Amino acid sequence: MDLLLIVVSAALVNNFVLVQFLGLCPFLGVSGRVEGAAGMAMATAFVLTLSAVASYVLTAWVLEPLGLEYLRIVAFIVVIAGLVQLTELTLRHVAPLLHRVLGIYLPLITSNCAVLGVALLNVREQHSLVESALYGFGAAAGFGLVLVLLAAARERLELADVPASFRGAPIALITAGLMALAFMGFAGFAKL
Amino acid sequence: MSGVVTALGVLLGLLLGIGLVLRISARRMAPDEDSVVEKINAVLPQTQCAQCGYPGCRPYAEAIARGEADINQCPPGGEAGVRELAELLGREPKPLDAERGETKPPQVAFIDEDRCIGCTLCIQACPVDAIVGAAKRMHTVIEADCTGCELCLPPCPVDCIDLVPRPAPFIWPEPGARTDSIPIEVRHG
Repeated sequence: MDLLLIVVSAALVNNFVLVQFLGLCPFLGVSGRVEGAAGMAMATAFVLTLSAVASYVLTAWVLEPLGLEYLRIVAFIVVIAGLVQLTELTLRHVAPLLHRVLGIYLPLITSNCAVLGVALLNVREQHSLVESALYGFGAAAGFGLVLVLLAAARERLELADVPASFRGAPIALITAGLMALAFMGFAGFAKL
Repeated sequence: MSGVVTALGVLLGLLLGIGLVLRISARRMAPDEDSVVEKINAVLPQTQCAQCGYPGCRPYAEAIARGEADINQCPPGGEAGVRELAELLGREPKPLDAERGETKPPQVAFIDEDRCIGCTLCIQACPVDAIVGAAKRMHTVIEADCTGCELCLPPCPVDCIDLVPRPAPFIWPEPGARTDSIPIEVRHG
């Protein structure tokens, strides 16, 4: 039950994008089309879950026994960068077309603050290995959900009669704000 | 002091470990097959005409790379294309498969705008989005994007699309070129 709560909490109640405001750059950058957004969501989910596990292993087995907690951020960034490279290699091998669609946004997962945020929050909340993995997965699911939702909304907005000064980024930001308001409705559902 | 040494050692070990893993996986998943597909795709004429029996040039390139399709199924590429493919893949060139269609000189679609009823059927058929127009409005062809694949001909209910030879690109006369005659038109009457 607790494990399910962690997933739901990370995905909806404490949604990384709309409640904690992490990972906003890919949220606005890749939400132009649903296909690209779905691909980005899957790549991010892969990296997020793996990096949550890897950072837990690194903290519990290497950094804490040696008393090197102050190296946390540097070490996490190195691990995340390596995982992103691995994802890129895999994706280019398995789905070259998706690789081309994602383009520059794939390496940019490295600098997605949600990924580092998950790793650091796992340490702060003192999650176990399984809890870390589920927290990462939940965060990725929440990120993917809002990314695809915003992409779908923006695809429709392309055809809507938006006043000229609001076209493009401004209306996307307003839409994201309204989505964040909706996600405030989840506040208090799960305490974590 | 020993703290600094441990910290450096841990970081160095981490970096080396990740570097090693990436190097090995890069070897393993070298885009070997992909680059063959890319090379084949670069030879194909990109008309997306589907005469080869595949939905487009890239799927055909993938099928050739997998060994499922033969190299002589691309009429727009013509004999020259088959020869280039044979050279790339180290196979014997063979004549074009006549069933697939015949090689034609470069052509573009032309919509007779007086007859067009604005049904949008050709827009949906166009594989390269070279037709613009809207429902019950006149359609027209973006000449630069049209590949002359003929896929817009069958859906047109009023047969208002013709394929015309692609006009030679306009080349601006070289500046300073000597012309013996001054182009003056003399009108009588």
